[in-house]
Amino acid sequence: MSRHSENGVAPEAGLRPVLDVEKLKITFATDAGDVFAVKEVSFTVAPGEIVAIVGESGSGKTVTAKAILGLLPETAHSSGAVIISGNDVITVSPHQLRQIRGRDVAMVFQEPSTALNPVYTVGWQIAEGLRSHRPEGKRVGRKEARKLAIEALGKVGIPDPEKRVDYYPHQFSGGQKQRVVIAAALALNPGLIVADEPTTALDVTVQAEILELLRDLRDKFGTSIVLITHNMGVVADLADRVVVMFQGDVVEEATAEVLFAAPKQDYTQKLLAAVPHLGRNSASAGFTERAFQDKEVVVEARELEIEYPGRLGSPAFRAVDKVSFTISAGEVFGLVGESGSGKTTIGRAVAGLNRTTGGSLKVLGYEMLNYRERSFRRYRKDIGFVFQDPAASFNPHLSIGECVAEPLLIHTELSGPEVTKKVQELLESVQLPRAYAKRFPHELSGGQRQRASLARGLALSPKLLIADEPTSALDVSVQAKVLELFREIQSELGFAALFISHDLAVVDILAEWVGVLYKGKMVEQGIGHQIMGNPQDDYTKRLLASLPVPNPAEQALRRANHQALIAAR
Amino acid sequence: METKSSLFSRLPVISQLKKSMGLQRGMLVAGLVMTVGFLLTAAFAPWLAPYGFSQRFDQTQAPPSSTHLWGTTAGGYDVLSRTIWGAQTAFLVIVVAVVLSIFIGVILGLVSGYLGGWLDRILVVVADAIYAFPTLLLAMVMSIAISQGRSSLWSGIFSAAISITVVYIPQYFRVIRAETIRLKAEPFVESAIVVGASSVRIMARHIYKNATRTLPLIFTLNASEAILTLAGLGFLGFGIEPSSAAEWGYDLNHAQSDATSGIWWTGLFPGLAIVLTVLGLTLLGESMNDLNDPRLRGRKRAEKKARKNKELVDA
Repeated sequence: MSRHSENGVAPEAGLRPVLDVEKLKITFATDAGDVFAVKEVSFTVAPGEIVAIVGESGSGKTVTAKAILGLLPETAHSSGAVIISGNDVITVSPHQLRQIRGRDVAMVFQEPSTALNPVYTVGWQIAEGLRSHRPEGKRVGRKEARKLAIEALGKVGIPDPEKRVDYYPHQFSGGQKQRVVIAAALALNPGLIVADEPTTALDVTVQAEILELLRDLRDKFGTSIVLITHNMGVVADLADRVVVMFQGDVVEEATAEVLFAAPKQDYTQKLLAAVPHLGRNSASAGFTERAFQDKEVVVEARELEIEYPGRLGSPAFRAVDKVSFTISAGEVFGLVGESGSGKTTIGRAVAGLNRTTGGSLKVLGYEMLNYRERSFRRYRKDIGFVFQDPAASFNPHLSIGECVAEPLLIHTELSGPEVTKKVQELLESVQLPRAYAKRFPHELSGGQRQRASLARGLALSPKLLIADEPTSALDVSVQAKVLELFREIQSELGFAALFISHDLAVVDILAEWVGVLYKGKMVEQGIGHQIMGNPQDDYTKRLLASLPVPNPAEQALRRANHQALIAAR
Repeated sequence: METKSSLFSRLPVISQLKKSMGLQRGMLVAGLVMTVGFLLTAAFAPWLAPYGFSQRFDQTQAPPSSTHLWGTTAGGYDVLSRTIWGAQTAFLVIVVAVVLSIFIGVILGLVSGYLGGWLDRILVVVADAIYAFPTLLLAMVMSIAISQGRSSLWSGIFSAAISITVVYIPQYFRVIRAETIRLKAEPFVESAIVVGASSVRIMARHIYKNATRTLPLIFTLNASEAILTLAGLGFLGFGIEPSSAAEWGYDLNHAQSDATSGIWWTGLFPGLAIVLTVLGLTLLGESMNDLNDPRLRGRKRAEKKARKNKELVDA
């Protein structure tokens, strides 16, 4: 048994590695022929070590993680070796594989709300893993399993575990659900946990807690962790060693300090340079008072309230609660907040996709309270909208050219050739080749689609552009390019913009004026760099402190500050 | 040449045939063969059939012989000819019925799903009511109402088709309505709203094409049910008169008493024709349904392919 005992084991490099991946190759059979997802990947994980595998989408990082647990689909074929405590996962029998899973290696998934079965209590789900193994040669009884489940919940910091063990998943918050998933992974005390984007679906403040928990597990129980992520901040916060993957190959492998301080490979350098870093490249650098106040006011919200009707018997849910702000012509207003803060609801209300239920919201001078689509329609040509998911915001049956031309066809009297010409100009202005007008959305990459989406938003030279998380579905290197483009076009055309994002660093790059939303209330607004540098509100302080920065040394300091801030509360 | 072949391989059934393998391919090919056989029989009935469908002979209930390959019925009809002509009737009824119900069902589904409100509620209730009604009973009532007892070839076909239409509209309506409601919340529809597109434009340009992707599958599955409904109507005596068109259900009905007296040929052949046609269409529809869903589709494993390639290289 190469498992660790309960008392804390300090990470020692000399011990036999917990995981040894050697020349792993994974091929998928698809309709278009074989796809080589992973080509010759080798790395090891020592006991008590946290190894991060980073890379952009399509780099093969998730496939590698799944191969470690033998979770690849039927269409995949893998060769090489994945050795966990003496067993090669690729060649063992299904029965042995079941033995290894849970006992020697466990997995934490990206989305905690789908990783838990909603119809069973969390205690049952933790016990399920226990009861399917025989830790000391005998079956775990019902009572003992329950005891162990309570213990596991206690370990991951769920308060009152004796009571909460009988709760159902929906009775926990997102962060707590992820704790439960980690508790289930820990139940048999495996030597290795594979965490596939464990914090991607969570808000930054919750992310900080989960990262803290994972670090604790390593320190207390000596559990090794393979962390799969695309977030360089998370890597800087948690990882001892980093494996950088690109298109199925390992590009670089180094300790976290070395990698962030002196990346050797071009790709790693580019990747790190593209990560938005709080406090650098701020749009409002040097501003001391709000700009554009002499210009016309494009959007004005006063005590704005938006409620979603509740179901029978339950009260209405107030998504936006007495929010006031203004956006002037030429200004970029950054709206930041975590999920459920109401930021998207405000954006959609400004675009006339949601109804407001109280207060006043004036868009281009038109009162949106109880608006009528018929009378609002003529204002629509002055409003552009860029959606979060560029893949879903284009009709898959229309070509990019047809999609971009749509606003022109509806609102202008241009003839066919004129429209084509205008579309090509628009595509060029967002740095896409003219020929892309004939392509279909699925033939473009994510970043290209988001540019086309920007082109559509700008087709009628609107006075106001609403961008709802336009870069959160994109890889960092692509995000950097799209943000750069957005900034260039905005300063050239001078439209007002409402830029919605959960990422403070991204907002800081674009917005001169930033508003922070928390549970439907605007807790603070001000000049971008002042909010980021010297927050006044408690929530803003916490939000900023929990944001990991891509620099291990700096992050260690920030972490200490964050701890102090939480302790002070 | 290359573009032509790639265009050819993108045609609905052909593309699925290329993607298929193993048992799924077997099912698809079997379904395809039976369906194509049915279609060819329907198209070339005047040349294939030795006699007309309403031609009577003096020899009644004659066993299979060289003049009447599948024998004759009690009414003096040639069984082979009537079975072949029956394919044509069945084909016409299916086409008219399915085309009518697709048209009406799709339009109602789009309008009801996109606009919502009281119109949607009323249409859903009506569709549910029709759904809850026994199919055959409804078809019988409709056929009486439409043909009022008399039936020539086209009025017979139309009355059968319309009675089937009424039953199938709710199916298309429901599928399209559900898809429309799902698509209504998609960002690309919202982006059209933000741009200021009118409701008609959104329905016609953005939702219609995306919502109708599953139709070919429902079409093939419904076609087989339509044949069964038509045969059921004919069997119960609400179908088409034997003098105006050949109809398998009618022939089966009249073969009932023959079966007990050992005259097997009058019932067997029309019955087999129904079974094979329905089986063919069902196999075709089901396997296309499976093949269109990447999760249900079997694939050659990379390992085997690699080995095969290696063998090729070695040889």
